[in-house]
Amino acid sequence: MSSTRSIARRVLRSSTLAALTAPHGVDRYLELVNPMWAAREVRARVVSIERETDTANPVATLTLQPTSTWEGHVAGQHVQVGLELPGARRLTRVFSISSAASAPGEEFTLTIRSNDGGTVSSYLVEQARPGQVLHLSQALGEFVLPDPLPDRLVFLSGGSGITPVMAMTRTLLRDGYDGRITFLHYAQTPAHQIYADELAALAAADNGVDVHLVHPDAGGDLFTTEALATLAPDYRDVDAWACGPAGLVALVEDAYAGTERLRVEYFKTPTVATGDAEGSVAFTRSGEQAANSGATLLEQAEALGLTPEYGCRMGICFSCTSRKTEGTVRNVLTGEESALPDEDIRVCVSAPVGDCSVEL
Amino acid sequence: MTVTPVTQATSATGPKARKDTASKAAEAARKARQDQLDPSTVAGRAGLTPADLDRFGEEMDVIRKRVLSELGEEDATYIRNVVKAQRAFEIAGRALFYLPPAWPLAVGALSISKILDNMEIGHNVMHGQYDWMGDPALNSRMYDWDNVCPGEQWKYSHNYIHHTFTNILGKDRDIGYGILRMDEDQKWSPYYLGNPVYALLLMVFFEWGVAMHDLEAENIVAGKRSIADNKPLYPGLLRKIRRQAAKDYLLFPALTGPLFPLTLAGNVTANLVRNIWAFNIIFCGHFPAGVETFTEEETADESRGHWYFRQILGSANISGSKLLHLMSGNLSHQIEHHLFPDLPARRYPELSEEVREACERYGLDYNTGPLPKQLFSVARKIFRLALPNRSEGPAPTPEAAKADTAA
Repeated sequence: MSSTRSIARRVLRSSTLAALTAPHGVDRYLELVNPMWAAREVRARVVSIERETDTANPVATLTLQPTSTWEGHVAGQHVQVGLELPGARRLTRVFSISSAASAPGEEFTLTIRSNDGGTVSSYLVEQARPGQVLHLSQALGEFVLPDPLPDRLVFLSGGSGITPVMAMTRTLLRDGYDGRITFLHYAQTPAHQIYADELAALAAADNGVDVHLVHPDAGGDLFTTEALATLAPDYRDVDAWACGPAGLVALVEDAYAGTERLRVEYFKTPTVATGDAEGSVAFTRSGEQAANSGATLLEQAEALGLTPEYGCRMGICFSCTSRKTEGTVRNVLTGEESALPDEDIRVCVSAPVGDCSVEL
Repeated sequence: MTVTPVTQATSATGPKARKDTASKAAEAARKARQDQLDPSTVAGRAGLTPADLDRFGEEMDVIRKRVLSELGEEDATYIRNVVKAQRAFEIAGRALFYLPPAWPLAVGALSISKILDNMEIGHNVMHGQYDWMGDPALNSRMYDWDNVCPGEQWKYSHNYIHHTFTNILGKDRDIGYGILRMDEDQKWSPYYLGNPVYALLLMVFFEWGVAMHDLEAENIVAGKRSIADNKPLYPGLLRKIRRQAAKDYLLFPALTGPLFPLTLAGNVTANLVRNIWAFNIIFCGHFPAGVETFTEEETADESRGHWYFRQILGSANISGSKLLHLMSGNLSHQIEHHLFPDLPARRYPELSEEVREACERYGLDYNTGPLPKQLFSVARKIFRLALPNRSEGPAPTPEAAKADTAA
C-alpha cells in the first residue's frame, strides 16, 4: 500500500510529468478530477467539527484529513489555511495545529476561536461543514520543542494561544516524556476554557504535568511575575514557551527579561482604523519608516528614497503589487478601505489609514 | 521608429470651414472650447473641453466602481468553467493523436485549448482580472500561459506599456510592434515596402513575435536601448522556449511512438492555428480604419478623463456571436477592455451598451464591425501604408464629420 503510494508520488512529482503539464503543473489537472488528488499542493477535507466553548466568540476544533502531500508537522507549528468564502473570495489565515505531531498524510486538528473581525475564523467555527475542502500550506514555524528535550518545561498561554502548547503537551505525553511540565493558562472564565475536560483529566493523572488554569474574569488574577515564581521558583532557568494575546506575551517577556529561555508566538488580528492620515508607515524590507503623509504608499516609499517597482501608477497594470502585512489602506480610486493582514495591494492606488506595514 | 511631431493638420480645418453657418452663440461657445483644447489634438477635433473629458471620466469611473462591487460567484464560476473546458480540450486533443484517423479532430481540440488558454484565460488572468478571488491558480502574479512568451515579460510590455500609453506614437510599442507601419504618422522608409510580407510572417510566427517583442529590437536599432538591457530577459525567455518546445515538439510526439511525425505535425499545426487566430483578433483591436493615434505632446499630463477618451478612440471592437467573444477572450470588446483592463472580460458585453450610449452623448466614434469588415480594413491599411503617404489628400473623413456634428 505504502509502496504503491510512493510510486504514485514519484510519478506525479517526476520531471517528465512536469514537462508534459507545463506551464500549468500537474496539480492544475489533478484538482479537476478530485480535489484530494495532488502532486505538490496541500489540501484537506474537513472530517469533523467539535465545539470547545459556546461563549460569545465560540471555539471549535476541526479535524482535517490532508492530501497525501502533507509532510506532517512538529508540535507547536502552524499552517496557512485558505478558504473560499461566499462571494468567491479566497482568504488565507494562519492557525496553530492543536493535535500531537503528525506523520505525512495523517489527520490533524486545528482549534480556532471565532473572532469578530475574522471572516475566516468565524466561517470555520460556525459555518464550515464536514466534507468541505480547505487549501493548506505545509506546517510552518519555529515555535517548537528542542531536541534533546530538557527535563523541565514551562508552557504559558492565554485564550486560543493554548493550541500550540497543547499540541506540545499531547505529543510529549504520547511519546512517553518523563520530565515535568508547568502548564499555566489564562482564560476569561471557566466557560471560556478550551479543552476543559482534557485538562481536568491531565491535572488528575500522575503524568508530571502541573496544570494551573486561571480565569481573571471569574476572580482569578492577571499574570504576574510573582505568580509564576510561586508556581515555578526556578522558572528563569527553565525553557519556556508563551503564546497568547500581545498583552499577556509582553508581561511574560518582562518576567523573562535577560534570559534566553523564552520563545513566544502571537497572532496578528485585523486592525480597525478609519479616519485621515495618521500613524506611521513602515517599509519592512528596507527598514524605512516615516509618519503617514496620506499620500499613496508608492509616493510615500519614493519620498523616503526607495525605488519600488511600478508601471502605470493608476491601478491598472499590477506591476507594483506588494504585500501589506499590517494596517488599513484606502483605495484612492474607489474609496474602499481594507484592513486585512497579509494582503496583496497595488501600492500606486493605496493610501494608508493609520499605521501600516508594507513589504517594500 | 521615428515620430513626426505635427499630426492631423489637415482634418483640423473641418470645424473652421463650418464657421460661417454657425450661429453667434454657438461660435462663441466653440471658440471658448477651442481656447482650451488645441484643435490639432484628437480631443480638440472631437470638440471636447477638459470639463467634458472630466465628466466623461467620472461616468466611466462610476461604471468601474459598480462592476467591482458586483464581482462574485458568477464570475468565478465562469472562469473556472472556461479553465475546465480548456483542460478537457487539451487532454482530448493530446489523446486523439493516438488515433491517426482522428488527426484533424485532435488538431482542432488542441487548437481550441491553446486559443482558450492564451486569450480568455491567460490574457485576462494575467491582467489581474481575477486577482480578487485570491486563488493562486487564477492570479496575475502566478499564471503563465501555453505560449513561448514568458507571462512575466509579457505583462510588462502589455499591461504597463501598451495599456498605459495606448496608441501614443513613440510610446506604445504595439503600434506595428516595431516591425510594421500601421500609422500614417510613422515615417515611411523603403523598408516598409515589405509591410504585407512582414505582417504575414508575424501572423505565422505570432507567439514568437510576442516573445521577441519584449527585446525591443527596434529601440536597439534606434539607439534607445542597449543589447545589455536585454540580458536579464534571456534566462526566462530561453527557459520558457525550452519548456514549450520540449512539450509540443518532443515529449508528446515521442509518447505516441511510431506516430511521432503525425503528432509533431499536429502540434505544430495547433500552434499555427492559434497564432493566426490571435494575430487576426489582436490586429482588429487597434488597426482598423478610423482608430486614432495620439502624440506625446497631447497626452503629456493628461487627465484621467482624457485617458479614458484615448482608450475609446484608440480601440476597435468586433461584433459577433457569443462564441466569437469567448474565442477572442472578449478582445472583440477591445474598447471596453481598454477602459477597464482589470475587470473580468466576461463583463464587457454587458458594459458595451452603457459605454456605447455614453459615446453617443459625447459624440465619440465607437468603432465596431463584423470580423470580415474589420479584417479587411486592417489588411487594406497594411498594404496602403507599405507605400509613402499620398500627398496631403483628403484625410480619413470620419474625424472631420465627427468634429462637425459635435460642434
